[in-house]
Amino acid sequence: MMSFENVRLPEIWDATKDTLYMLFASLVFTIICGLILGIILFLTSRRQLLAQPVVYGALSFIINVLRSVPFVILMIMIMPLTKLITGTTLGVEGSIPPLVVAATPFFARLVETSLREVDRGVIEAAQAMGASKWDIVRRVLLRESSPSLLAAVTITAVTLVSYTAMSGVIGGGGLGDLALRYGYQRFQTDVMLVTVVLLIVLVQVLQTIGDALVRRYSRK
Amino acid sequence: MRLIQLNGIIKSYRAGGTQVEAVKDVSLTVQKGEIFGIIGHSGAGKSTLLRCVNLLEKPTAGSVHVGNVELTRLTERQLQQERRRIGMIFQHFNLLSMSTVRENIAFPLALAKQSKAQLNKRVDELLKLVQLEGHADKYPSQLSGGQKQRVGIARALANNPDVLLCDEATSALDPQTTNSILSLLLDINAKLGITILLITHEMNVIRAICDRVAVIDQGEIVEIGDVLQVFLKPEHPVTREFVDQIAENSAARQLLQHRKGRLLRMTYIGSLTYEPILYNAVKTTSVQFAILQGTVSRMKQTPYGQLIVELIGDDADIERVIAVLRKDGLEVDAI
Repeated sequence: MMSFENVRLPEIWDATKDTLYMLFASLVFTIICGLILGIILFLTSRRQLLAQPVVYGALSFIINVLRSVPFVILMIMIMPLTKLITGTTLGVEGSIPPLVVAATPFFARLVETSLREVDRGVIEAAQAMGASKWDIVRRVLLRESSPSLLAAVTITAVTLVSYTAMSGVIGGGGLGDLALRYGYQRFQTDVMLVTVVLLIVLVQVLQTIGDALVRRYSRK
Repeated sequence: MRLIQLNGIIKSYRAGGTQVEAVKDVSLTVQKGEIFGIIGHSGAGKSTLLRCVNLLEKPTAGSVHVGNVELTRLTERQLQQERRRIGMIFQHFNLLSMSTVRENIAFPLALAKQSKAQLNKRVDELLKLVQLEGHADKYPSQLSGGQKQRVGIARALANNPDVLLCDEATSALDPQTTNSILSLLLDINAKLGITILLITHEMNVIRAICDRVAVIDQGEIVEIGDVLQVFLKPEHPVTREFVDQIAENSAARQLLQHRKGRLLRMTYIGSLTYEPILYNAVKTTSVQFAILQGTVSRMKQTPYGQLIVELIGDDADIERVIAVLRKDGLEVDAI
């Protein structure tokens, strides 16, 4: 029978708050950057409104490179950039830039795929009505793909939860940090167990909210 | 007065390694207020040609005039403005699935930056015109095919366009719904005076609402004229095929072989359709007749008939009968 003698609730609570803060701050930046990048990717791809094969190829290559680097290594690689932006590479602030850099290419690809699913006929109809390219992005593409984009945000949020836990390796704070310091370095399995349960709950809640929103806004 | 003028339109694509000419040097004029149909098999180039009118497809060569404006010379922004005068409806409706009926119809009005009040008033008028009052807050997925096309029509008419382009607008609908959409188009043409240019592969559609028709085959217009003329005297083999779709001519043609008497094709148009002309012509002679094949129908609003008749009797009498028929205004041709 486990006693949970090492579990101190205030510490767990602080770590949970840190994780939530990292998650939502990085999610917001990821959505903004990823949406813009995803729209540019879609528009510059073959047979689309801007059709710029060179721009598309370059962006696509950069995204593939960033997605190939494991998150743990990416965090260490971009430390100078992190220091430039936040002034520190440690703690909650220090882990937000690497989280955004890692999640943005992933989310941008999901956005690109979502936009690709918008019926070409609807885009053509908007062009026939005299819509500009910006009108088409705003009033057709984003609106028509909104359930799919909500699903993409959900997937990205869940992915970010596991990244926030990994940022514990470089002293990033949060539940992952706690699990690593107590569970791994001091063999306090009970602490690790509690943090893992909390992470599971967090992922379940995110996925459930995401699914409910997608259901709520689907019209097909 | 001409409203649409296509001059020497050529559209070619690079597909794989080869150059494909979808439209080969087509020139076409559509008059203001008429309903003009372009008929052709799939792959004949009719869809590409229609898209050249509002420059959804940029022609490789040639010029497009709509009204007094040469669309092929405009900048992108000017073209966007001009497109608001050209409505378009589609085979698969192409409605915004995430927007309600009201929002769909309001889309072109919002693009034209109309105020909320103006916009709502106009949408209500359009809902009434296409008989969809009470469906304003539904989403397209909750509507039937016919209702979706009505939304498409309302949306296309929102900015009071001069022209309505119809891309196979009834091809995805069942026959009954097709008829209701066609009569709505006729109604719009009569009430609002909008010029309609449509493409189809169904001769039915042409017969029901068009004034003039062009037959397109392999990227070229092979026959053009008033629907009645083209329908009654098709010249090009492709035209004949389309006419046979509704006239059942091909089956009858076999019947005509090995007949002893004189075979005549008689064509009559308008009020003559309802007169006992044939009986009157033969009753004072010894000539007997047999009707081998016949169509009596209406083309848009005009009644017409076409009979293939075998006359039996002596030559002088037959000539006299033919003379009487011609005097009465029938077209009589020997077969």
